Amino acid sequence: MLSKFRALRDEHAAVAAAGRDPFGVSFDAVLSATEAVLGGRRILLLGTNNYLGLTFDPDCIEAAAAAVQDQGTGTTGSRIANGTYDGHAALEGRLAAFLKRRSAMVYTTGYQANLGALSTIAGKGDHLLLDADSHASIYDGARLGHAQVTRFRHNDPDDLRRRLRILSSQPGEKLIVAEGIYSMLGDTAPLREMVEVKREAGAWLLVDEAHSLGVLGESGRGLAEAEGVEGDVDFVVGTFSKSLGAIGGFLASDLDGFDALRLSARPYMFTASLPPAVIASVMQAIEVLEARPELRDRLRRNGQHLHEGLAAAGFALGAMPGPIISLAMPDRETAVMFWNGLLAEGVYSNLALGPATPGGKPLLRMSVSAALTPAQIDTAVNAITRTGYAMGLLSVPLAAE
Amino acid sequence: MLDEQAALREITAALEESGKLTGPVTMETHILQDLNFDSVGAIDFIMLLETRLDTIISMDRMAEIETVGDLVRVLVSDPSLAA
Ligand SMILES: Cc1ncc(COP(=O)(O)O)c(C=O)c1O
Repeated sequence: MLSKFRALRDEHAAVAAAGRDPFGVSFDAVLSATEAVLGGRRILLLGTNNYLGLTFDPDCIEAAAAAVQDQGTGTTGSRIANGTYDGHAALEGRLAAFLKRRSAMVYTTGYQANLGALSTIAGKGDHLLLDADSHASIYDGARLGHAQVTRFRHNDPDDLRRRLRILSSQPGEKLIVAEGIYSMLGDTAPLREMVEVKREAGAWLLVDEAHSLGVLGESGRGLAEAEGVEGDVDFVVGTFSKSLGAIGGFLASDLDGFDALRLSARPYMFTASLPPAVIASVMQAIEVLEARPELRDRLRRNGQHLHEGLAAAGFALGAMPGPIISLAMPDRETAVMFWNGLLAEGVYSNLALGPATPGGKPLLRMSVSAALTPAQIDTAVNAITRTGYAMGLLSVPLAAE
Repeated sequence: MLDEQAALREITAALEESGKLTGPVTMETHILQDLNFDSVGAIDFIMLLETRLDTIISMDRMAEIETVGDLVRVLVSDPSLAA
Protein backbone atom coordinates (compact mmCIF):
# COMPACT_ATOMS: atom_id res chain seq x y z
CA MET A 1 0.00 0.00 0.00
CA LEU A 2 2.71 2.47 0.96
CA SER A 3 5.27 1.18 -1.52
CA LYS A 4 4.42 3.98 -3.95
CA PHE A 5 6.03 6.40 -1.50
CA ARG A 6 9.38 4.67 -1.85
CA ALA A 7 10.89 7.35 -4.09
CA LEU A 8 9.61 10.08 -1.79
CA ARG A 9 11.02 8.28 1.26
CA ASP A 10 14.40 7.87 -0.42
CA GLU A 11 14.44 11.54 -1.41
CA HIS A 12 13.52 12.60 2.09
CA ALA A 13 16.16 10.29 3.60
CA ALA A 14 18.78 11.88 1.35
CA VAL A 15 17.75 15.36 2.47
CA ALA A 16 17.74 14.37 6.14
CA ALA A 17 21.09 12.53 5.86
CA ALA A 18 22.90 15.81 5.27
CA GLY A 19 22.26 16.85 8.88
CA ARG A 20 19.04 17.59 10.64
CA ASP A 21 15.76 16.71 8.95
CA PRO A 22 14.47 20.09 7.67
CA PHE A 23 10.91 18.77 7.56
CA GLY A 24 10.96 17.24 11.03
CA VAL A 25 12.40 20.01 13.20
CA SER A 26 11.16 19.58 16.75
CA PHE A 27 11.87 22.44 19.12
CA ASP A 28 12.62 21.65 22.78
CA ALA A 29 10.78 24.85 23.64
CA VAL A 30 9.53 27.98 21.92
CA LEU A 31 10.53 30.91 24.12
CA SER A 32 9.07 33.90 22.32
CA ALA A 33 8.05 35.11 18.87
CA THR A 34 11.72 35.24 17.94
CA GLU A 35 13.54 32.57 19.92
CA ALA A 36 13.36 28.84 20.56
CA VAL A 37 15.51 26.07 22.02
CA LEU A 38 16.62 23.33 19.66
CA GLY A 39 18.96 20.51 20.72
CA GLY A 40 19.67 22.38 23.95
CA ARG A 41 20.70 25.57 22.10
CA ARG A 42 18.98 28.91 21.86
CA ILE A 43 18.22 29.76 18.26
CA LEU A 44 16.86 32.77 16.44
CA LEU A 45 13.60 32.19 14.55
CA LEU A 46 13.73 33.59 11.03
CA GLY A 47 11.09 31.46 9.42
CA THR A 48 7.83 31.75 11.33
CA ASN A 49 5.24 33.85 9.43
CA ASN A 50 4.74 35.46 12.84
CA TYR A 51 4.75 38.82 11.10
CA LEU A 52 3.55 41.00 13.97
CA GLY A 53 4.95 38.78 16.72
CA LEU A 54 1.52 38.38 18.31
CA THR A 55 1.89 34.75 19.48
CA PHE A 56 3.06 36.02 22.87
CA ASP A 57 0.99 39.20 23.06
CA PRO A 58 -0.07 39.43 26.71
CA ASP A 59 -3.59 40.64 25.89
CA CYS A 60 -4.17 37.87 23.36
CA ILE A 61 -2.93 35.30 25.87
CA GLU A 62 -5.16 36.71 28.58
CA ALA A 63 -8.22 36.73 26.32
CA ALA A 64 -7.57 33.14 25.29
CA ALA A 65 -7.06 32.02 28.89
CA ALA A 66 -10.28 33.67 30.03
CA ALA A 67 -12.20 32.05 27.16
CA VAL A 68 -10.92 28.57 27.89
CA GLN A 69 -11.86 29.01 31.56
CA ASP A 70 -15.35 30.29 30.78
CA GLN A 71 -16.31 28.23 27.73
CA GLY A 72 -14.17 25.12 27.78
CA THR A 73 -11.51 23.66 25.56
CA GLY A 74 -13.38 22.87 22.36
CA THR A 75 -16.63 23.06 20.43
CA THR A 76 -16.77 19.31 19.66
CA GLY A 77 -18.53 19.85 16.38
CA SER A 78 -19.39 21.90 13.36
CA ARG A 79 -21.40 25.10 13.33
CA ILE A 80 -24.27 23.70 11.30
CA ALA A 81 -24.62 20.44 13.24
CA ASN A 82 -23.58 21.42 16.73
CA GLY A 83 -24.26 25.11 16.93
CA THR A 84 -22.50 28.42 16.80
CA TYR A 85 -20.98 29.95 19.94
CA ASP A 86 -21.53 33.65 20.36
CA GLY A 87 -17.79 34.13 19.83
CA HIS A 88 -17.94 32.77 16.28
CA ALA A 89 -20.64 35.21 15.24
CA ALA A 90 -18.97 38.06 17.11
CA LEU A 91 -15.65 37.36 15.40
CA GLU A 92 -17.32 37.28 11.99
CA GLY A 93 -18.90 40.65 12.71
CA ARG A 94 -15.61 42.05 13.97
CA LEU A 95 -13.73 40.76 10.97
CA ALA A 96 -16.30 42.14 8.52
CA ALA A 97 -16.04 45.54 10.22
CA PHE A 98 -12.25 45.46 10.13
CA LEU A 99 -12.21 44.46 6.46
CA LYS A 100 -15.03 46.88 5.59
CA ARG A 101 -17.01 44.03 4.07
CA ARG A 102 -20.65 43.13 4.47
CA SER A 103 -20.11 39.51 5.41
CA ALA A 104 -17.42 37.20 6.69
CA MET A 105 -17.36 33.53 7.54
CA VAL A 106 -14.77 31.88 9.72
CA TYR A 107 -13.13 28.55 8.89
CA THR A 108 -11.05 26.27 11.09
CA THR A 109 -7.89 26.92 9.04
CA GLY A 110 -6.89 29.09 6.10
CA TYR A 111 -6.37 25.92 4.11
CA GLN A 112 -10.01 25.05 4.64
CA ALA A 113 -11.10 28.60 3.81
CA ASN A 114 -9.55 28.15 0.36
CA LEU A 115 -11.01 24.68 -0.01
CA GLY A 116 -14.44 26.03 0.90
CA ALA A 117 -14.24 29.15 -1.24
CA LEU A 118 -12.82 27.67 -4.42
CA SER A 119 -14.86 24.47 -4.40
CA THR A 120 -18.13 26.29 -3.80
CA ILE A 121 -18.13 29.79 -5.30
CA ALA A 122 -17.25 28.45 -8.74
CA GLY A 123 -19.54 25.55 -9.61
CA LYS A 124 -20.16 23.23 -12.52
CA GLY A 125 -19.86 25.09 -15.81
CA ASP A 126 -17.88 27.93 -14.23
CA HIS A 127 -14.18 28.61 -14.72
CA LEU A 128 -11.40 29.10 -12.21
CA LEU A 129 -8.30 30.95 -13.34
CA LEU A 130 -5.46 30.28 -10.93
CA ASP A 131 -2.04 31.88 -10.82
CA ALA A 132 0.43 29.10 -11.65
CA ASP A 133 2.30 29.68 -8.38
CA SER A 134 -0.80 29.41 -6.22
CA HIS A 135 -0.64 27.87 -2.76
CA ALA A 136 -1.53 24.18 -2.46
CA SER A 137 -4.80 25.04 -0.70
CA ILE A 138 -5.95 26.94 -3.80
CA TYR A 139 -5.14 24.05 -6.11
CA ASP A 140 -6.78 21.60 -3.72
CA GLY A 141 -9.90 23.76 -3.44
CA ALA A 142 -10.11 23.81 -7.23
CA ARG A 143 -9.85 20.04 -7.33
CA LEU A 144 -12.55 19.62 -4.72
CA GLY A 145 -15.04 21.57 -6.80
CA HIS A 146 -16.53 21.10 -10.25
CA ALA A 147 -15.41 24.19 -12.12
CA GLN A 148 -13.08 23.97 -15.09
CA VAL A 149 -9.59 24.96 -13.95
CA THR A 150 -7.04 26.94 -15.94
CA ARG A 151 -3.79 28.37 -14.70
CA PHE A 152 -2.19 31.51 -15.97
CA ARG A 153 1.49 32.40 -15.84
CA HIS A 154 2.56 33.73 -12.48
CA ASN A 155 1.79 37.45 -12.08
CA ASP A 156 1.18 37.80 -15.81
CA PRO A 157 -1.94 39.91 -16.54
CA ASP A 158 -1.43 39.49 -20.31
CA ASP A 159 -1.52 35.72 -20.08
CA LEU A 160 -4.61 36.04 -17.88
CA ARG A 161 -6.22 38.32 -20.49
CA ARG A 162 -5.39 35.89 -23.28
CA ARG A 163 -6.93 32.99 -21.39
CA LEU A 164 -10.06 34.93 -20.55
CA ARG A 165 -10.39 35.85 -24.21
CA ILE A 166 -10.20 32.19 -25.22
CA LEU A 167 -12.76 31.32 -22.56
CA SER A 168 -15.06 34.20 -23.50
CA SER A 169 -17.01 32.05 -25.96
CA GLN A 170 -17.73 29.53 -23.22
CA PRO A 171 -20.66 29.97 -20.86
CA GLY A 172 -20.20 30.15 -17.09
CA GLU A 173 -18.78 32.64 -14.63
CA LYS A 174 -15.03 33.23 -14.46
CA LEU A 175 -13.30 33.57 -11.11
CA ILE A 176 -9.70 34.81 -11.04
CA VAL A 177 -7.60 33.84 -8.01
CA ALA A 178 -4.46 35.63 -6.86
CA GLU A 179 -2.48 35.99 -3.65
CA GLY A 180 -1.56 39.25 -1.94
CA ILE A 181 1.99 38.15 -1.16
CA TYR A 182 3.27 34.89 -2.61
CA SER A 183 4.65 32.85 0.24
CA MET A 184 7.73 31.42 -1.44
CA LEU A 185 9.41 34.47 -2.97
CA GLY A 186 7.54 37.25 -1.20
CA ASP A 187 6.45 38.95 -4.43
CA THR A 188 3.07 40.65 -4.67
CA ALA A 189 0.38 40.30 -7.32
CA PRO A 190 0.04 43.12 -9.92
CA LEU A 191 -3.49 43.69 -8.65
CA ARG A 192 -4.24 46.93 -10.47
CA GLU A 193 -3.50 45.41 -13.86
CA MET A 194 -5.37 42.27 -12.93
CA VAL A 195 -8.38 44.32 -11.94
CA GLU A 196 -8.34 45.94 -15.39
CA VAL A 197 -8.33 42.53 -17.02
CA LYS A 198 -11.08 41.38 -14.70
CA ARG A 199 -13.26 44.34 -15.63
CA GLU A 200 -12.72 43.90 -19.36
CA ALA A 201 -13.72 40.27 -19.13
CA GLY A 202 -16.59 40.69 -16.70
CA ALA A 203 -14.92 38.18 -14.41
CA TRP A 204 -14.81 37.91 -10.61
CA LEU A 205 -11.73 38.22 -8.42
CA LEU A 206 -10.71 36.43 -5.23
CA VAL A 207 -7.55 37.51 -3.41
CA ASP A 208 -5.92 35.33 -0.77
CA GLU A 209 -4.35 37.81 1.65
CA ALA A 210 -2.84 35.06 3.86
CA HIS A 211 0.59 36.69 4.00
CA SER A 212 -0.49 40.28 3.45
CA LEU A 213 -3.22 40.69 6.07
CA GLY A 214 -1.90 42.87 8.88
CA VAL A 215 1.19 43.45 6.75
CA LEU A 216 0.20 45.59 3.76
CA GLY A 217 -2.14 48.57 3.49
CA GLU A 218 -2.53 51.60 5.67
CA SER A 219 -4.90 49.72 7.98
CA GLY A 220 -3.44 46.26 7.41
CA ARG A 221 -6.23 44.96 5.22
CA GLY A 222 -3.75 43.64 2.71
CA LEU A 223 -2.54 44.17 -0.83
CA ALA A 224 -5.95 45.20 -2.19
CA GLU A 225 -5.99 48.06 0.30
CA ALA A 226 -2.41 49.02 -0.50
CA GLU A 227 -3.23 49.09 -4.22
CA GLY A 228 -6.55 50.86 -3.75
CA VAL A 229 -8.59 48.19 -5.51
CA GLU A 230 -10.69 46.72 -2.72
CA GLY A 231 -13.88 47.67 -4.55
CA ASP A 232 -12.90 45.34 -7.38
CA VAL A 233 -12.01 42.40 -5.17
CA ASP A 234 -15.16 40.31 -4.82
CA PHE A 235 -13.86 37.78 -2.31
CA VAL A 236 -11.11 37.98 0.30
CA VAL A 237 -9.56 34.90 1.88
CA GLY A 238 -7.21 35.10 4.82
CA THR A 239 -5.75 33.21 7.72
CA PHE A 240 -5.41 33.77 11.46
CA SER A 241 -2.26 31.65 11.53
CA LYS A 242 0.23 34.27 10.41
CA SER A 243 0.00 37.95 11.41
CA LEU A 244 -2.79 37.20 13.90
CA GLY A 245 -0.69 34.59 15.68
CA ALA A 246 -3.33 31.90 16.18
CA ILE A 247 -5.10 29.51 13.81
CA GLY A 248 -8.16 29.68 11.56
CA GLY A 249 -9.18 31.27 8.30
CA PHE A 250 -11.91 33.38 6.74
CA LEU A 251 -13.75 34.30 3.60
CA ALA A 252 -15.27 37.79 3.29
CA SER A 253 -17.34 39.52 0.63
CA ASP A 254 -19.88 42.24 -0.09
CA LEU A 255 -22.03 40.03 -2.28
CA ASP A 256 -25.69 39.31 -1.64
CA GLY A 257 -26.58 35.77 -0.68
CA PHE A 258 -23.21 35.13 0.92
CA ASP A 259 -24.70 33.03 3.74
CA ALA A 260 -25.68 30.29 1.28
CA LEU A 261 -22.03 29.27 1.44
CA ARG A 262 -22.60 28.14 5.03
CA LEU A 263 -24.94 25.48 3.67
CA SER A 264 -22.85 24.47 0.70
CA ALA A 265 -19.13 24.75 1.51
CA ARG A 266 -18.20 21.29 2.73
CA PRO A 267 -14.91 22.34 4.42
CA TYR A 268 -17.07 24.66 6.55
CA MET A 269 -19.90 22.22 7.20
CA PHE A 270 -18.11 18.98 7.92
CA THR A 271 -15.41 19.91 10.38
CA ALA A 272 -15.38 21.19 13.95
CA SER A 273 -15.45 24.94 14.49
CA LEU A 274 -12.66 26.87 16.19
CA PRO A 275 -12.41 26.55 19.99
CA PRO A 276 -13.34 29.56 22.17
CA ALA A 277 -9.75 30.31 23.18
CA VAL A 278 -8.69 30.73 19.55
CA ILE A 279 -11.69 32.89 18.74
CA ALA A 280 -10.91 35.12 21.73
CA SER A 281 -7.25 35.47 20.87
CA VAL A 282 -8.00 36.34 17.22
CA MET A 283 -10.60 38.87 18.34
CA GLN A 284 -7.97 40.51 20.51
CA ALA A 285 -5.32 40.29 17.77
CA ILE A 286 -7.59 42.31 15.45
CA GLU A 287 -7.77 44.96 18.20
CA VAL A 288 -3.97 45.03 18.28
CA LEU A 289 -3.81 45.25 14.50
CA GLU A 290 -6.00 48.34 14.59
CA ALA A 291 -4.56 49.95 17.68
CA ARG A 292 -0.87 49.48 16.90
CA PRO A 293 -0.03 50.42 13.30
CA GLU A 294 3.54 50.87 14.51
CA LEU A 295 3.88 47.07 14.41
CA ARG A 296 3.46 47.23 10.64
CA ASP A 297 6.08 49.97 10.45
CA ARG A 298 8.47 47.90 12.50
CA LEU A 299 7.83 44.86 10.30
CA ARG A 300 8.52 46.97 7.22
CA ARG A 301 11.74 48.34 8.73
CA ASN A 302 12.84 44.84 9.74
CA GLY A 303 12.19 43.52 6.24
CA GLN A 304 14.20 46.39 4.79
CA HIS A 305 17.00 45.87 7.29
CA LEU A 306 17.37 42.17 6.42
CA HIS A 307 17.06 42.91 2.71
CA GLU A 308 19.73 45.62 2.80
CA GLY A 309 22.04 43.51 4.93
CA LEU A 310 21.86 40.55 2.58
CA ALA A 311 22.11 42.68 -0.55
CA ALA A 312 25.17 44.41 0.89
CA ALA A 313 26.70 41.01 1.60
CA GLY A 314 26.34 40.21 -2.09
CA PHE A 315 23.29 37.97 -2.20
CA ALA A 316 21.05 38.31 -5.25
CA LEU A 317 17.55 39.02 -3.98
CA GLY A 318 14.55 38.66 -6.24
CA ALA A 319 11.57 40.39 -4.73
CA MET A 320 11.35 43.94 -3.38
CA PRO A 321 12.01 44.34 0.35
CA GLY A 322 9.16 42.79 2.30
CA PRO A 323 8.44 40.41 5.14
CA ILE A 324 9.55 37.36 3.12
CA ILE A 325 13.05 37.05 1.73
CA SER A 326 14.16 34.00 -0.21
CA LEU A 327 17.60 33.06 -1.42
CA ALA A 328 17.69 31.00 -4.61
CA MET A 329 19.86 27.94 -4.12
CA PRO A 330 21.79 26.48 -7.05
CA ASP A 331 20.68 22.91 -6.29
CA ARG A 332 18.97 20.75 -3.71
CA GLU A 333 22.20 19.57 -2.02
CA THR A 334 23.47 23.13 -1.51
CA ALA A 335 20.04 24.18 -0.23
CA VAL A 336 20.03 21.41 2.37
CA MET A 337 23.61 22.18 3.40
CA PHE A 338 22.90 25.90 3.61
CA TRP A 339 19.85 25.31 5.78
CA ASN A 340 21.88 23.06 8.10
CA GLY A 341 24.83 25.45 8.15
CA LEU A 342 22.58 28.33 9.10
CA LEU A 343 20.98 26.30 11.87
CA ALA A 344 24.45 25.45 13.16
CA GLU A 345 24.99 29.22 13.28
CA GLY A 346 21.90 29.46 15.46
CA VAL A 347 19.39 30.72 12.89
CA TYR A 348 16.26 28.80 11.91
CA SER A 349 14.99 29.38 8.36
CA ASN A 350 12.73 27.40 6.03
CA LEU A 351 13.97 25.02 3.39
CA ALA A 352 11.59 24.99 0.43
CA LEU A 353 12.00 22.39 -2.30
CA GLY A 354 10.18 21.70 -5.57
CA PRO A 355 7.51 21.16 -6.65
CA ALA A 356 6.18 23.51 -3.94
CA THR A 357 8.45 26.33 -5.16
CA PRO A 358 8.24 28.50 -8.30
CA GLY A 359 9.88 26.62 -11.15
CA GLY A 360 10.57 23.79 -8.70
CA LYS A 361 13.79 25.53 -7.66
CA PRO A 362 15.18 25.05 -4.14
CA LEU A 363 14.92 28.07 -1.87
CA LEU A 364 16.11 29.15 1.51
CA ARG A 365 13.11 31.07 2.74
CA MET A 366 13.14 33.55 5.59
CA SER A 367 10.45 35.73 7.06
CA VAL A 368 10.83 38.58 9.50
CA SER A 369 8.70 39.57 12.44
CA ALA A 370 7.98 42.96 13.96
CA ALA A 371 9.21 41.41 17.20
CA LEU A 372 12.80 41.07 15.94
CA THR A 373 15.22 43.66 17.25
CA PRO A 374 17.74 45.36 14.94
CA ALA A 375 20.49 43.52 16.85
CA GLN A 376 18.83 40.18 16.11
CA ILE A 377 18.64 41.04 12.43
CA ASP A 378 22.32 41.98 12.40
CA THR A 379 23.08 38.63 14.01
CA ALA A 380 21.03 36.90 11.32
CA VAL A 381 22.70 38.81 8.46
CA ASN A 382 26.14 37.87 9.81
CA ALA A 383 25.19 34.21 10.20
CA ILE A 384 23.68 34.04 6.70
CA THR A 385 26.72 35.78 5.23
CA ARG A 386 29.16 33.40 6.94
CA THR A 387 27.14 30.46 5.69
CA GLY A 388 27.08 31.97 2.19
CA TYR A 389 30.89 32.13 2.20
CA ALA A 390 31.20 28.62 3.60
CA MET A 391 28.95 27.29 0.83
CA GLY A 392 30.84 29.22 -1.83
CA LEU A 393 27.73 31.17 -2.77
CA LEU A 394 29.36 34.50 -2.06
CA SER A 395 32.71 35.35 -3.48
CA VAL A 396 35.20 36.58 -0.94
CA PRO A 397 35.57 40.33 -1.40
CA LEU A 398 38.83 41.33 -3.04
CA ALA A 399 41.32 42.69 -0.58
CA ALA A 400 41.79 46.41 -1.01
CA GLU A 401 44.86 47.20 -3.06
CA MET B 1 -9.55 21.24 -35.94
CA LEU B 2 -5.89 20.37 -35.80
CA ASP B 3 -4.98 17.01 -37.33
CA GLU B 4 -2.57 14.56 -35.71
CA GLN B 5 0.39 15.43 -37.88
CA ALA B 6 -0.04 19.15 -37.30
CA ALA B 7 -0.41 18.60 -33.54
CA LEU B 8 2.75 16.52 -33.47
CA ARG B 9 4.59 19.23 -35.41
CA GLU B 10 3.47 21.88 -32.93
CA ILE B 11 4.53 19.75 -29.96
CA THR B 12 7.91 19.16 -31.54
CA ALA B 13 8.35 22.86 -32.17
CA ALA B 14 7.34 23.68 -28.58
CA LEU B 15 9.86 21.14 -27.31
CA GLU B 16 12.53 22.76 -29.41
CA GLU B 17 11.56 26.16 -28.01
CA SER B 18 11.91 24.85 -24.45
CA GLY B 19 15.26 23.23 -25.20
CA LYS B 20 14.00 19.71 -24.61
CA LEU B 21 14.22 18.33 -28.11
CA THR B 22 16.97 15.72 -28.00
CA GLY B 23 15.78 13.29 -30.64
CA PRO B 24 12.78 12.23 -32.68
CA VAL B 25 9.44 12.54 -30.92
CA THR B 26 6.75 9.93 -31.52
CA MET B 27 3.26 9.29 -30.22
CA GLU B 28 4.79 6.85 -27.71
CA THR B 29 7.31 9.31 -26.25
CA HIS B 30 6.69 9.55 -22.51
CA ILE B 31 6.69 13.20 -21.44
CA LEU B 32 8.20 12.85 -17.97
CA GLN B 33 10.50 9.87 -18.54
CA ASP B 34 11.74 10.25 -22.11
CA LEU B 35 11.88 14.02 -22.33
CA ASN B 36 13.42 14.41 -18.91
CA PHE B 37 10.84 16.86 -17.56
CA ASP B 38 10.03 17.07 -13.88
CA SER B 39 6.41 17.85 -12.99
CA VAL B 40 7.07 21.60 -12.83
CA GLY B 41 8.94 21.63 -16.13
CA ALA B 42 6.14 19.68 -17.77
CA ILE B 43 3.60 22.32 -16.69
CA ASP B 44 5.84 25.08 -18.09
CA PHE B 45 6.05 23.17 -21.35
CA ILE B 46 2.26 22.81 -21.53
CA MET B 47 1.90 26.55 -20.91
CA LEU B 48 4.35 27.27 -23.70
CA LEU B 49 2.36 25.03 -26.02
CA GLU B 50 -0.87 26.74 -24.98
CA THR B 51 0.63 30.12 -25.85
CA ARG B 52 1.91 28.87 -29.22
CA LEU B 53 -1.47 27.52 -30.17
CA ASP B 54 -3.43 30.26 -28.43
CA THR B 55 -5.56 27.73 -26.61
CA ILE B 56 -6.13 26.38 -23.12
CA ILE B 57 -5.64 22.85 -21.88
CA SER B 58 -7.70 22.67 -18.70
CA MET B 59 -6.21 21.02 -15.65
CA ASP B 60 -8.60 18.08 -15.60
CA ARG B 61 -7.51 17.18 -19.12
CA MET B 62 -3.86 17.37 -18.10
CA ALA B 63 -4.45 14.44 -15.76
CA GLU B 64 -4.91 12.17 -18.78
CA ILE B 65 -1.66 13.21 -20.46
CA GLU B 66 1.34 10.91 -20.07
CA THR B 67 2.67 10.46 -23.59
CA VAL B 68 3.02 12.77 -26.56
CA GLY B 69 0.19 10.75 -28.11
CA ASP B 70 -2.09 11.65 -25.18
CA LEU B 71 -1.22 15.30 -25.70
CA VAL B 72 -1.87 15.03 -29.44
CA ARG B 73 -5.32 13.55 -28.71
CA VAL B 74 -6.13 16.44 -26.37
CA LEU B 75 -5.12 18.98 -29.00
CA VAL B 76 -6.91 17.20 -31.82
CA SER B 77 -10.15 17.17 -29.84
CA ASP B 78 -9.89 20.88 -29.00
CA PRO B 79 -12.71 22.63 -30.90
CA SER B 80 -11.00 26.03 -30.61
CA LEU B 81 -8.05 24.88 -32.71
CA ALA B 82 -9.03 25.44 -36.31
CA ALA B 83 -6.70 23.79 -38.81
C1 LIG C 1 -1.33 31.71 0.38
C2 LIG C 1 -1.76 30.84 1.50
N1 LIG C 1 -3.07 30.54 1.62
C3 LIG C 1 -3.51 29.77 2.62
C4 LIG C 1 -2.66 29.24 3.57
C5 LIG C 1 -3.21 28.32 4.62
O1 LIG C 1 -3.30 28.92 5.83
P1 LIG C 1 -3.48 28.10 7.18
O2 LIG C 1 -2.13 27.93 7.76
O3 LIG C 1 -4.34 28.97 8.02
O4 LIG C 1 -4.13 26.80 6.87
C6 LIG C 1 -1.30 29.56 3.50
C7 LIG C 1 -0.41 29.08 4.56
O5 LIG C 1 0.49 28.36 4.40
C8 LIG C 1 -0.84 30.35 2.43
O6 LIG C 1 0.47 30.63 2.30
